[in-house]
Amino acid sequence: MTSPSHLSRREFVKSAGGLIVGFSMAGPLADVLLAQGSPQVAPAVPPPVGLPLAKIDSWIRIAPDGAVTVCTGKIEVGMGVNVALSQIVAEELGVPMNRVTMLMGDTSGTPDQGGVGASNSIASGGAALRNVAATVRGLLLDAGSRRLGVPVDQLSIENGVINSKAAPGRSLSYGELVRDAAFDQELKVTGSGFTLNVQGSGTPKSPANYSIVGTSVKRTDIADKMFGRFKYVVDVRVPGMLHGRVLRPPSAGAQVLSVDDSAARRVTGFVQTVVKGNFVGVVATSEWSAVKASRAVKVNWNTPAEVFPEQRDLYAHMRAAEPKASRPPVKRGDASAAMDRAVRRVEAVYEYPFHSHATMGPGCAVADVQPTGTTTVWCGAQKPHAVQRGYADLLGVPPDRVRVVWTADSGSYGRPGFDDVGADAIILSQAVGKPVRVQWMRGDLTGWGPKGPAAVFELKAGLDAEGKICGAQFTSKAFSGGEINFIPTAKGNFLGAQLMGLPNTSGFDEFCEWGTPGGGAAPYEIADLLSTAHVIPPLHATPSPLAGTHLRDPNGPSTSFAVESFMDELAAAAGADPIQFRTQHLTDARARAVLAAAAEKFGWQARPSPQRARQGNVVTGRGAALGIRGGTYVGNVAEVEVDRSTGVVRVVRYVMAHDCGLIINPLGLTQTLQANVVQTLSRTMTEEVRFDRKSVTSVDWATYPVSRMSDVPPAIDIVLVNRPEVAATGAGEAGSRALAAAVANAIFDATGARLRQVPFTAAKVKAAL
Amino acid sequence: MSIVALDVNGRVRSTEAEPDSPLLYVLRDNLELPNPRFGCGLGQCGACTVLVNGDAVRSCMMPVTAAVGKKIVTLDGLGTPERPHPVQQAFIDEQAFQCGYCMNGWVLVSKVLLEKNPSPTDQEIRRGLDGLICRCGSHTAVLGAVRRAADAMKKGGRA
Repeated sequence: MTSPSHLSRREFVKSAGGLIVGFSMAGPLADVLLAQGSPQVAPAVPPPVGLPLAKIDSWIRIAPDGAVTVCTGKIEVGMGVNVALSQIVAEELGVPMNRVTMLMGDTSGTPDQGGVGASNSIASGGAALRNVAATVRGLLLDAGSRRLGVPVDQLSIENGVINSKAAPGRSLSYGELVRDAAFDQELKVTGSGFTLNVQGSGTPKSPANYSIVGTSVKRTDIADKMFGRFKYVVDVRVPGMLHGRVLRPPSAGAQVLSVDDSAARRVTGFVQTVVKGNFVGVVATSEWSAVKASRAVKVNWNTPAEVFPEQRDLYAHMRAAEPKASRPPVKRGDASAAMDRAVRRVEAVYEYPFHSHATMGPGCAVADVQPTGTTTVWCGAQKPHAVQRGYADLLGVPPDRVRVVWTADSGSYGRPGFDDVGADAIILSQAVGKPVRVQWMRGDLTGWGPKGPAAVFELKAGLDAEGKICGAQFTSKAFSGGEINFIPTAKGNFLGAQLMGLPNTSGFDEFCEWGTPGGGAAPYEIADLLSTAHVIPPLHATPSPLAGTHLRDPNGPSTSFAVESFMDELAAAAGADPIQFRTQHLTDARARAVLAAAAEKFGWQARPSPQRARQGNVVTGRGAALGIRGGTYVGNVAEVEVDRSTGVVRVVRYVMAHDCGLIINPLGLTQTLQANVVQTLSRTMTEEVRFDRKSVTSVDWATYPVSRMSDVPPAIDIVLVNRPEVAATGAGEAGSRALAAAVANAIFDATGARLRQVPFTAAKVKAAL
Repeated sequence: MSIVALDVNGRVRSTEAEPDSPLLYVLRDNLELPNPRFGCGLGQCGACTVLVNGDAVRSCMMPVTAAVGKKIVTLDGLGTPERPHPVQQAFIDEQAFQCGYCMNGWVLVSKVLLEKNPSPTDQEIRRGLDGLICRCGSHTAVLGAVRRAADAMKKGGRA
């Protein structure tokens, strides 16, 4: 077959036996369809870049057999969002679900929608797809009307077939329509990345008429994964591919003095040692050879100064640190004067540790850097179009010379090392002139991958004679979650590049905020508020094993731990029921509703905390917390059992009421939230990145323990609050937000002891009792 | 390098491998059986689990030579899409995973657990699966799947 990019789109479509809705000149479609499902096919020509966003067929295509292909720059990282997006398109088009196929995250065949982040795939990505699908439906209806000679309002659509209501049997399928005519319409494009939207002439259906959206369509990938039919990025194989491993410095700031690879050279299959600055990697013909060679390479690193504080001094260091940047304070009324008027004052500090993404797969990528610079990278990075630009920057070529084929890695939870491992593969492939697959070892990710940043908080508030908040002050000091920018468009973003000596110029200051629209905790009605947020300098400049980046619900769990624990402390000081106390300071009906829904499901009895009957060794308590994130509302209630002799806390029940507006798939949402509860409980009860004066010492599952099956609550009840009239907002991450506070509040209710530092290990609980 | 013959999913296949290579790499790279996956290389997580003579084994820790002459079954060899093993079916029916990367350990260890104890209590299931890691937190759905599998196998599904 002629190289597809030399065909016009119409010719290609003919040769491929398909026809599409809409036309644009040449290129991306052909490549992608040929390579689809076959990651081994590397493009022979420089891959195209920048799908024309105003073209319908950049988004949705219909083939003569009626098959619908949806192209999206969103990706699927374990929550089944591909199913939900398919539902949105199937609903608008009026086709059955099994006719819809998703093409996700290939920079050569999908529009740049900013990739995945902020749980916004449905909210932002779904909105664009819904508009395009509605427009396609309208164009097909118009064409059907002309062909059938029946007015549009006398037509109905069922399973991709347009029928005359008056004359049954007079019908035309979508496939028949696209076979004989071309359809196109210039879409109106607004925004870019996460905010990208497109609008055509079509008006989406009213939610009242939905029959697919809102139903629990099941995922098909579980069976595919069970039977080895699903390709993860670790399964990508390219002809002539070699295997690489990297060697990271033993301590932050260590520099290569010399490298002795004489022993590695004796390993069967050894190909090359690659040293560029402080980047060290080996390439071999097989995985095991690469592992053995990497162990045989002797790197003589210098011994840098002790760069990190003692771990036990971390929070003292943070409190003493001079801020690197401060957000303009949020000032409402006069907090100080109000607190002077208060009849009672409460103050507390809260501390939140570094966390690791600790993905199941530690990171894997395949890069094929051609001598011309034309490059294909298969990787699981959450933002394929952004890393395309970052990798191009690293290679020193224009972005249109780089194709990133997003291929599923394990769940990623933000910006783990998946972007970095792609850069490592590029560096090694470029060095050896062959395609290279890099598999990170466990310590490469857990030890050296970027981290969710640590934060400290100081809160003060007064209570008036009625027990209402009378002035409040909030101060946060945190490492920036933007030290490694979550949008990796610059070469210095990648660890490998940093080790080579390239400066990380794209880092930014990101604050743990409260009282701002994007704040990390629920906003309460407080007339007099002073809210200040500082970012402090990193413990070590990048490259660093403690570099801050986005980890599920960036800055939310830490900030909400502080605010929602403090609200509980205020409620206790006021002698009020914790939910009633919150409600007194809330006017937002949806916020009140999720608290009420969680309380009702739990069987909450209104009373102040702590509970009074603290008899016996094992005591029980319940705690509530509110999470609000990006327009999504979450009411949390945790029930705990605390063993007073050991300090061991068991979360025996967790209730989460979740309102994200319109629900697309209740089953998928419920399971996503259940998993979010388990993961966030793990972060809350167990997880903390350990480090010594020189480096991170949490390097595997023994040194970075996470929750096990025995730790998982016997009951996790998810209450879905559906609001079809409200556009869907991000679901999932919002569930992470207030969980730590709900548990801390439950421990307080059970024992009267207040936990102000995550994680709530048995030793800390016992010490607090 | 030496030639090793492995009995995998009912078929003996020969391949050239380093004798000290972990079974995992030989299965994945030489025999192109993608299901056992590299998670930690330390025997800590279970993503690389396969059955060796009916026991759930972490293939990242077993030298390939130790597997010679034994019956190896990978997750995809447990059943077929048309005729899944009841444990596979239960995990599919319960939609028991988020990303699914860790699936090998959960399904195969559950199968061994249910063979030894067809009517486990929730606590026995939990204890039996405590050696595995799922970072997405799919444990609730997994528990449901193991209960469903136990019921199915008691009602006459094959074990």
